Amino acid sequence: MTKDAFRGATGGRIDRSRPVTFTFNGRTYRGYQGDTLASALLANGVHLVGRSFKYHRPRGILSAGSEESNALIQLERGNRTEPNLRATQIEIHEGLAASSQNAWPSVETDVGSINNVLSKVFVAGFYYKTFMHPQSFWMKVYEPVIRRAAGLGKAPAEPDPDFYDKMHVHSDVLIVGSGPAGLMAALAAARTGARVILADEQNEFGGSLLGTREMIDGRPAADWVAAAVEELRAFPEVRLLPRTTVTGYYDHNYLILAERRTDHLPRGSAPKISRQRLWKVRAKQVVLATGSHERPLVFADNDRPGIMLAGAVRTYVNRFAALPGRRAVVLTNNDSAYAAALDMNDAGIEIAAIVDLRGHAGGPLAAEAKRRGFRVLTNTAITATHGSKRVTGVDVMMMNGPGEDVIGAPTRIDCDLVAMSGGWNPAVHLFSQSTGKLRYDDELSCFVPGVSVQAERSAGSCKGTFDLPACLAEGAATGAQAALAAGHGDGVAPAVPAATSVAPQPLRPLWIVPTTTPVGHGKAKHFVDFQNDVSAADVLLASREGYQSVEHLKRYTTTGMGTDQGKTSNVNALAILAKSLASPIPQVGTTTFRPPYTPTTYGVLAGRDVGELADAARVTPMHSWHVAHGAAFEDVGQWKRPWYFPKGDAQGTEDMHAAVRRECRAVRNGVGVLDASTLGKIDIQGPDAAQLLNRVYTNAFLKLDIGKCRYGVMCKEDGMVMDDGVTTRLGPNHFLMTTTTGNAAKVLEWLEDYIQTEWPDLRVFLTSVTEHWATASIAGPKAREVVAELAPDLDLSPEAFPYMSYREAVVAGVPARIFRISFTGELSYEINVPAQHGLHLWENIMRAGEKHGITPYGTETMHVLRAEKGYIIVGQETDATVTPQDLGMGWVVSKQKADFIGKRSYTRKDTARSDRKQLVGLLTDDPNEVLPEGTQLTAIADGHAPVPMLGHVTSSYFSDTLGRSIALALVSDGFNRMGQTIFAPLGGGKTVSCAVTKPVFYDPEGVRLHG
Amino acid sequence: MAKYSIFSLLRNAASHHQNWDRAWRDNRPKPDGYDVVIIGGGGHGLATAYYLAKEHGITNVAVIERSWLGGGNTGRNTTIIRSNYLWDESAALYEKSLQLYEGLSQELNYNIMFSQRGVLNLAHNLGDVREGMRRVNALRLNGVDSEWMTAEQVKEFCPIINISKDVRYPIMGGTLQRRAGTARHDAVAWGFARAASARGVDIIQNCEVTGIRRENGKVVGVDTSMGFVKAGKVGIVAAGHSSVVAGMADLRLPVESHPLQALVSEPVKPVIDCVVMSNTVHVYVSQSDKGELVMGAGIDAYTGYGQRGSFHVIEHQMGALLELFPIFSRLRMLRQWAGIVDVCPDASPIISKTPVDNLFINCGWGTGGFKATPGSGFVFAHTIARGEPHALNAPFGLERFNTGHLIDEHGAAAVAH
Repeated sequence: MTKDAFRGATGGRIDRSRPVTFTFNGRTYRGYQGDTLASALLANGVHLVGRSFKYHRPRGILSAGSEESNALIQLERGNRTEPNLRATQIEIHEGLAASSQNAWPSVETDVGSINNVLSKVFVAGFYYKTFMHPQSFWMKVYEPVIRRAAGLGKAPAEPDPDFYDKMHVHSDVLIVGSGPAGLMAALAAARTGARVILADEQNEFGGSLLGTREMIDGRPAADWVAAAVEELRAFPEVRLLPRTTVTGYYDHNYLILAERRTDHLPRGSAPKISRQRLWKVRAKQVVLATGSHERPLVFADNDRPGIMLAGAVRTYVNRFAALPGRRAVVLTNNDSAYAAALDMNDAGIEIAAIVDLRGHAGGPLAAEAKRRGFRVLTNTAITATHGSKRVTGVDVMMMNGPGEDVIGAPTRIDCDLVAMSGGWNPAVHLFSQSTGKLRYDDELSCFVPGVSVQAERSAGSCKGTFDLPACLAEGAATGAQAALAAGHGDGVAPAVPAATSVAPQPLRPLWIVPTTTPVGHGKAKHFVDFQNDVSAADVLLASREGYQSVEHLKRYTTTGMGTDQGKTSNVNALAILAKSLASPIPQVGTTTFRPPYTPTTYGVLAGRDVGELADAARVTPMHSWHVAHGAAFEDVGQWKRPWYFPKGDAQGTEDMHAAVRRECRAVRNGVGVLDASTLGKIDIQGPDAAQLLNRVYTNAFLKLDIGKCRYGVMCKEDGMVMDDGVTTRLGPNHFLMTTTTGNAAKVLEWLEDYIQTEWPDLRVFLTSVTEHWATASIAGPKAREVVAELAPDLDLSPEAFPYMSYREAVVAGVPARIFRISFTGELSYEINVPAQHGLHLWENIMRAGEKHGITPYGTETMHVLRAEKGYIIVGQETDATVTPQDLGMGWVVSKQKADFIGKRSYTRKDTARSDRKQLVGLLTDDPNEVLPEGTQLTAIADGHAPVPMLGHVTSSYFSDTLGRSIALALVSDGFNRMGQTIFAPLGGGKTVSCAVTKPVFYDPEGVRLHG
Repeated sequence: MAKYSIFSLLRNAASHHQNWDRAWRDNRPKPDGYDVVIIGGGGHGLATAYYLAKEHGITNVAVIERSWLGGGNTGRNTTIIRSNYLWDESAALYEKSLQLYEGLSQELNYNIMFSQRGVLNLAHNLGDVREGMRRVNALRLNGVDSEWMTAEQVKEFCPIINISKDVRYPIMGGTLQRRAGTARHDAVAWGFARAASARGVDIIQNCEVTGIRRENGKVVGVDTSMGFVKAGKVGIVAAGHSSVVAGMADLRLPVESHPLQALVSEPVKPVIDCVVMSNTVHVYVSQSDKGELVMGAGIDAYTGYGQRGSFHVIEHQMGALLELFPIFSRLRMLRQWAGIVDVCPDASPIISKTPVDNLFINCGWGTGGFKATPGSGFVFAHTIARGEPHALNAPFGLERFNTGHLIDEHGAAAVAH
C-alpha cells in the first residue's frame, strides 16, 4: 500500500480515526472516511487519473465538485460497475475499487494517444470532410474504427442488482444548495414554520464554507454550519436532503431531485435500502442557492495533470488536508486565487509565483501575498507548461497592453502544481431550466439570472453575489420572502451573523492567454473543453467556417457536450467565439441549459416501474382458476387473457392447434365457457344518455327498448371504424356500453372528450365499470341447460328471453345481469356478476356444466368461432382505414339519422368509392393450407417487385367445424370479386391461390344464434 | 466550393487550418428578391433549395431561417432513417429518401455518416406479430428490404436485448430492415446548406418571416425582420410552426403540434450496434458514433409550442428501456430535450400546392421527418418548380383531407400517437 505522503498532518474534515483502503487501477491506497476519491488520490500523490476523449491526453483532477470534466472513473466491477463517475464526487469506503477508463492498455501507456500526434489533422469537424471514399468504406472501415474509439467507460454486462424508488412531496419552500446563502435562507424560512426542503448534492451541508477558512460570528464557518444544521433538524416541517442533486426544474415549480442513498456505502451492503431515490417536488416557492463554478484559464497546454482550479486546490487543502503539490504556480485574472494561494501556503505548499494577468494586483489579499513575500508577476502570462503525466514547470512572459501577445523571453518556473482561476460562473443552470433568461454582467464578466419566470429566487454566488456577508444577507432576505410568498411569516429577514467582507478588485477578462505563437499554430493547445478536447483553435476554426451560432459552435466542435455539459467550458467557448466575431458576449448568447443538472441514473428515473411492475398486469376475478387449470395466456392491452386451455396427460400436453380444435368442437356441439370479463364496460347515465349514443354510434339508439341490446359501431370523424360492441338499455336514462378489451380506456376518453368539449350541453355521465363486473360467456347448443340449472327462477324460453335482450336474475345465488348476445354464432348467455363473485360464478358454471362436458375456451377459439361467422375484430379486420361499409356492414350505418360522428365523411370522394378494400372470405384451393395472417394478396401469381397488391389476409385459421382452412381478407373491390381466384405470394417462391367468397362461412342464416 | 477530402485536410493542416472557406455563405436578402423563397432553414428546407438548384436549375433561391440552420427538429431528432412503411405511397416516398441518403455524403461532399446498421421493430403481442408480418410481406412486394425475425434471431442481431419470457411483455419477434440506420443530423443540414450555397442559393439566418404578402390571391413575397423579400414562389417548410406560418397566408392546416422528447446517455463504449424500436413497450434506442445512447418515445399528449416536454414521459420511457435492456439501469441520462412535431390526422405528411397561388407547403411529418429529408426536398423542389407534384408526393396533397384519401400510417410510426 502506498503511503499518503501528500496528506497534511492536521486539519480537514476527514475522520482520521477511520482509515479506508481502496484500490485505483489495481493498486491499493489509504484514505479516510470523509475523503472523495479525488482527495484521497491527491493525498497519495496520484494526479494522472484519466485520458481525454479524442486525443487521449493524460489528464488529472481539475475541480473538487460536480463540474469535473477530466477525472472520470469506472467504479467497481461486475453487475455493480458504473462508468463515467466523477472522482471528485465519489465518497470512498472500505474496499472501493476504481479504475481509469478510455485508455488501453493502461492510463500510463495509452495507445490511443497516437491521436494526439495526429491532432493537427483531427481538428474540429474533420470527420465531416473525409472518410467519404470509396463509399463502401464508411460502413466497412471508417465507421468501425471510429466506433471502436467511441465512448468513455463501459456499460455493465449484467442486470442491476439494486433497486430504486420515488417520493412525491409538496413543499412551501425548496432550497437548492446549502452554502452560506442556502443555509441562511433555510433558517429564515424554517423559522416561519414553513414546510422546507433543503437539498444539497454533497454529503454534508455547508457548500463553499466547507472548503474555505472563513469566520462567521467570530468562529470557524464550519461551526456555524453545524449549529445551523442542528437548528434546522429540530424543525418538524424541515426535510434535509444531503447527497441530493436537484436535476430538473420543470413548469409550475415542479422539480426533480435525485438522492444517492447507498452509493457512499460498500456496494451491496444495504440491500434493503433503495440505491437512489427520485424526489418529485411541487414547491410553492424555490430558492436557488446553487453557488458558482470557477472558470479555467485558456492558456497553452493548460490540461496537464497537476493543473487545477485554484478554488479546488483550496478545497483540497482545507477540507481534506490533501496537498495537490509541493510547489505551486498560481495563474489568475482575479482576486479569489490569492485567497487560495494563502490557504495553500498555510498548508505547507510553496508558492513559486502568482502570475496575474492583470496589470496591477491590489486589495487586501494581494497585499497579504506580498507581505508573505510571494513572487507576484503582473501583466504576465503562462506561455507554456512542461511535463507530460504531471506538470513539472511553466514558462512565463510579460504581455503587451491588450494582452494579445507576449514580450521578451520566457522564464521557466519549476512547479508540480498550477492553480488557475479565470473568475467564477454563477451556476445558473436551474434558473435557466425554469425558463428564466440570463443577463450578462459586464462588471462581473459572467452570466447572472435575469427576471424570474417561475416562483423562484436566486441568492448568493449563483446570482453573482460573491462576498460572504452579502451572501448571508441575501440568503436571509430571500428565505424570508419565499416563506412569506408561500404563506408563512412576515417576510422580514432574520438577523445575519457577522462575517468579513473582502472587497474584491475587478477581474480581467482575458479569454485567451497569449503564447509565443498564434493560437493553433504551434504545438501547444489552448483547451476550452477538456473532456472533448476542444481547443481555442477549434472554436476559431468553427467561427471561420461559419459555424457562428453558439449552437452551431457547440455541435460542430462538441464543446460543452461532454458529461460535464460544459460547466467549466461554455462561457470560455462563447467568449472566444464572441471575440472572433467582434461581438459583445450577450449578443452571441448561450446554449440552452437542459435537464438534468448532472447525469441521472436511468434506474432511478424508472423507479419501481421495472420487472413485473413495468406495467400493471390486469387479471380477471377468475384468473386463479385459469392458472390452476393450465391456461396459456395472451397479453391483450394490460390484460392477461386465457389464450387456450391445453389438456395434459402422461403422453404430454396438447399444442395450441389441438386444444383449439377441441374447444371449438365443444362450443359448436355442446357447451363452452369464456371469461369475457376484460371487455370494456362503461356505465352511461343521464337524461341525454340515449342522445350521446345516437351521436357516437353509426346506428340508431334513441328508441332502443329497455332490456334490449344492440350492436353498435363507432367511427372516427373520418368515418373509419374505431370500436364496436353491444350496448344495453338498463333503464330510461341508463345504458351499459361494452367496448373491445384493448380500446376500453380509449373509448372512454373519446366520449369524455366529446362530452366536455363538443357537447357540454348533454346531461350525461360516464363511469368505467370494467373491473366491477366479472363476465362469463356460456355458449353452445347446451348453454340453456347450464344457465337453467344456475338460475332456476329465470324463464329462458326464446320467447321470454330472446336473442339481443337482457334480464336480471339470481345466478348461483348471486344477483346477476344476463345478456343474451353471441360472438360465436351459438346460443349464448353472458352472465355478469359483481367482481367479487366472479370466481364463485365460474366454479358453479363448471359444476353445472360438467354433465354437458362444458369446456373452458380461450381467445384463440373465440377468434376461430367468430371468423367462421364472419364477425370482425376491431384492430384485426380494421386498421383505421376501414369503414363499416367496407366491412359489408352498411346495415349498421343509419341512413335516417341527421348526424353522427363520421357521417359526413361517407360522402367524401374517396370514402364513397365503391372499389375500396372490402372484407371478403378466402378459401385456399388446398383446404389444408392455412395462410399466414398478414399475407399480401395479388391479382397475378408472380411478378417482380413492385407487385401491385390487392389487400391482405386479416384473419386465418383452420376451422375444425368446416374441416378446412378459412381466412378473412381486405381486398380491393372485394365485393365484386366473389368467386374470383386471387393469389397469396408467401415468399420463397411459394404462391397460394385462393377463391374469394363471402366472409360468413357458417350458419349464414343465424339459426343457431336465435335457437 | 473547395472540395473536402483527406488531401484538403492535410493541406490545410499545414497552414494551421487558417484557409478554410465558410461552409456556406451567410447572406442578407437581395433587394431584387428571389424566384423562390423557402421559409425554414431545417433539413427539409435546405434540401428543397438544393434540389431546386440541382434538379431544376433554379438558383435564385433564398432559404430564410428565423434562428440558426437546423435548429428545429433537424437538430433534435434521434437520427433514425428507415423506409419500412406499410402503405405503398409511404414506402415509395421513404424508400426514395433512403436511396438518396445512400449516396448523400458523396453527392454533397460532406460526410453525414449514414450508418446502415439495421433497424429492428419489435413485436410483443399477437397483434404486433400480425402487423409485422403484414408489413414485411407488403415491403417485399414493394421491393423494399425487410425481414421477419424470431425472438432468437432478434437476440442474435442485438445480443444485449432481453428476450426472456419472464418479463411483462416478452419479445415475440420483430422486423428488421438492414439498410436502415442512423445519420449525423446536424451534418445533413450543414451538408445541404453548403451544397445549396455553392449552387447559388442564399442562406439567410436570424431572419424571421412575419407575413406572407399576397396580391390578387397570389403570393408576391414575404415580410421579414430584415424587410420585405420579393418572391415568385414561396415554400413553407417550418416544422413545429407550420400552422403559424401557414396562418400568415390565411391557410388552416389539419395539423396538431405536440412536444416530442429525446435524450442521450453519457458516452459508453459500443454496446448496441443497431437501432431497436418498440411500439408496445414504447421506446427506441441506438448508440451514436460518440458512444451516447440516443433514445426517444412517444409525443406528449398535449399540444403546444414550448420546446419542453413533461417529465413523466421520460420516466415511463426509462421503464420501457430497462425492460428491453436491463443492463442499462446503472447508466445515466446526460441530456434531455424536446422539439415540436406537427402531426396530421393520418400521421402522413403534406407536400403540396395550396389554395393560394405560388404558395407551397411541406409539413406534417410528425415524429418521423428526419428520415425523409432528402426525399422530401427532392419532391418538394419538383412541386415548386413545376407547379405540380412529383408522382411520389401526389398522394400527399392537401386535397386528401377533402377526398378522404388518407394514408393512415398510425401503425407505421414507431410509436402510438
